[in-house]
Amino acid sequence: MAEDYVIEMLHITKEFPGIKANDDITLQLRRGEVHALLGENGAGKSTLMSVLFGLYQPEQGTIRKNGKEVQVRNPNDANALGIGMVHQHFKLVECFTVLDNIILGVEPNKLGFLQKAEARKKVMALSEKYGLRVDPDALVSDISVGMQQRVEILKMLYRDNEILIFDEPTAVLTPQEIDELMEIMRGFKKEGKSILFITHKLNEIMAVADRCTVLRKGKYVGVVDIAATTKEELSRMMVGRDVQLQVEKAPAHPGEVILDVQDVTIPSATHKKNAVKDVTFQVRAGEIVCLAGIEGNGQTEFVYGLTGLEKLSGGRITFCGKDITHASIRERSKAGMSHIPEDRHKHGLILDYSLENNMVLQRYWQSEFQSHGFIRKDKVREYSDRLIEQYDVRSGQGSVTTARSMSGGNQQKAIIAREIDRDPKLLVAVQPTRGLDVGAIEYIHHQIVAQRDAGKAVLLVSLELDEVMNLSDRILVMYEGEVVGEFDPKTTTVQELGLYMAGARKQRKGE
Amino acid sequence: MEKKKMLSRSGGGRSAFVSVLAALLCIVIGLVCGYLVLLAINAEHAWADGFVRILKGGFYDAPYGVGRTLANAAPLVMTGLSVAFAFKTGLFNIGAAGQYTLGAYGALYCAIILHLPWYVSLIASAVLGGLWGAIPGLFKAYLNINEVITSIMFNWIGLYLVNEIIYAGGTGPMYDARNTRTLNLRRMEGAEGVTIPDFGLNDMFQTNSTTIAIFLSIVVAILIWVVLDKTTFGYELKAVGLNKNAARYAGINEKKNLVLSMVIAGALAGFGAGLYYLSGVSEWNPLNSTTLPAMGFNGISVALLASSNPIGTIFSALFISHITVGGSFLSTRYYPTEVADLISGIIIYLCAFSMLFRGKIAKLLSGKRADKTGTKEG
Repeated sequence: MAEDYVIEMLHITKEFPGIKANDDITLQLRRGEVHALLGENGAGKSTLMSVLFGLYQPEQGTIRKNGKEVQVRNPNDANALGIGMVHQHFKLVECFTVLDNIILGVEPNKLGFLQKAEARKKVMALSEKYGLRVDPDALVSDISVGMQQRVEILKMLYRDNEILIFDEPTAVLTPQEIDELMEIMRGFKKEGKSILFITHKLNEIMAVADRCTVLRKGKYVGVVDIAATTKEELSRMMVGRDVQLQVEKAPAHPGEVILDVQDVTIPSATHKKNAVKDVTFQVRAGEIVCLAGIEGNGQTEFVYGLTGLEKLSGGRITFCGKDITHASIRERSKAGMSHIPEDRHKHGLILDYSLENNMVLQRYWQSEFQSHGFIRKDKVREYSDRLIEQYDVRSGQGSVTTARSMSGGNQQKAIIAREIDRDPKLLVAVQPTRGLDVGAIEYIHHQIVAQRDAGKAVLLVSLELDEVMNLSDRILVMYEGEVVGEFDPKTTTVQELGLYMAGARKQRKGE
Repeated sequence: MEKKKMLSRSGGGRSAFVSVLAALLCIVIGLVCGYLVLLAINAEHAWADGFVRILKGGFYDAPYGVGRTLANAAPLVMTGLSVAFAFKTGLFNIGAAGQYTLGAYGALYCAIILHLPWYVSLIASAVLGGLWGAIPGLFKAYLNINEVITSIMFNWIGLYLVNEIIYAGGTGPMYDARNTRTLNLRRMEGAEGVTIPDFGLNDMFQTNSTTIAIFLSIVVAILIWVVLDKTTFGYELKAVGLNKNAARYAGINEKKNLVLSMVIAGALAGFGAGLYYLSGVSEWNPLNSTTLPAMGFNGISVALLASSNPIGTIFSALFISHITVGGSFLSTRYYPTEVADLISGIIIYLCAFSMLFRGKIAKLLSGKRADKTGTKEG
């Protein structure tokens, strides 16, 4: 064997009734490399990793460790082979301390008595060595998502795993935390550990990976050296066609003021301070204004206040010339406010309703869809079928599909179809592309720009700086509940925004 | 593409099919368990004098038994509907027994004291039941107190309150000290029109308490089905039940809907009590009633067996009533009288498992599909 492969998955085929989730896929991981696994939702990444982790048995194909064929029947086998995984949704015991979580399952003991001091020493040494700052005595329920992820990583290190799998690790992190994670990964590489990095974010692959295996629709597309490729090349491999990474848009022609927010203040649900403080700005027809900022700086609360989900403790909101400060959610919606919510499962959809029932969630009460309190099911079906067709929402059974069974991207498309088709005056879009793949992101960005060009006012809330720079006509940065700066995306840089987002700088009012 | 469309059509039918299958499976297992108990107590007579009688239900002593089955089924449909309706809107109404108690009081007061016609008394029973349902609803909506806890407490509050008022130290005007029960509606003075009419049903079944109550309950069940399935109100109620955050996001007043659905659930249970007592099936016993009316709790079984489908509750109530009446026909020569309750109890208890079986059957039937969706997340 010429090459030093630590893990090889050769010609893996995993079938589920009616679908080949993995069709002859080969993935070879070199010792001491960061290897990205790239693919859209449904490309078979998770299945492949589940095979490696012993959760599924493949119909065909072999797994080799250090050139020798091995059997992985269950996760314990995987652990014994030195394979560790940070799952996308963390597997931590919330009411345990960090230290307890790390040693859980492999607790050092003497005659049945825990030897925590010993464990603590090892954990602190690892934490020191890789720059994984954690407080071993904090409860998991009290620490940030970023720190929870570090706990998960320490769990793998504590078990002396040398093959580390990261499943979409950056989806939950702030830009700063992402940078830190990249640094940590580079540290692992130096130590000779091998990393499998599952993602669909091209920037991160370009930044940290050595090679990348691309999957598409369950098939192996190829493996490329990152040094010799481009983002465009990768996205073409992933999607199977050329993808516009930059949004094409003409200059904005802002019209009259649609939304006027004056000194809006909203109390926080979790602490005593205000989550939103004296926020003032305007959004005009035909422009996209973006609220940028790191997660948890009051954007969520502001949108709740704007859409009526939360009450304001101060300030005034004027919408199309009418004071809606105390208006109900339904009144705001009737006045022409559409809301693509941040959390599509919590607010956006009733997952156990059919797709058609979700499509009319904001307008089932309109005379088009009901008469004398009875729902006109034929009209609902007609309308839903049209939206599905027009916005290319894909699902197993069309209008009668249960929303829960749809993929995340198509759930989001359904919400966007519903909200845009109401022909709103203001579209509030909160992280509309969160967790979606390149193809879906491209589509949604086009829709948002199309709304702007049709003369709608758009308020976009996003954590992704690329999206912020790409889409918006004006950028407002929020930090600790305040708007700390306003920028023109054509003249500002990501670095400048980053400084404001981190609170290092602040514009005076009227500056 | 055509195939996909056909699949989609069968989507709704398929889940109904699974529900019915699960219910039948529960019934079979319940019957087998009941038979085992009969075998254990008296193996010799377990089949002909035991099991067959239970299976025959009211038909063992037709037409009288059938009349009794129908009379008992009417309130059971209503308490079943009460629980099912609450389930559909995301609430667990374990308080049907208490609402039923209040409904009984409302009906009896209007009939005995006020001599009001039966339909007015029925409305009163629904109003009082609804009022009793509203309290846990309000607690849940505005103070976020779990409805299960409050409705259990209000079950007992309701029961002792009603007992105390009716008994009043043995001097209550509705109380007949000789029978230690409330006055018999058919024999008391001014009885004209206070009981639900039978339109000859009593003659037909040779009973004195088979009235049109069962038809009224079926009408209500259909009404509830229409409300839940066809109206915007039902759409809102179910939306709140399935995801109250999303319902709120869509501008639905989730607090109002929550209280309303508890009021309706309570009214249904109260109405059931009205149907029962205004048919004169039996009288209220304020001394013996230190246990909550079984009608309320059996409503939970009825709802579970029917997978919370309003139309399904009609059939599951009829079945449970059938089994209960059948149990009462067990020969006391071979079996102690309590065995009847025991057997029907076991069967009813197992009916409550239909939810569990439904999950299992659905998994078995669509195991392939479940695997497929499992791989969807890329």
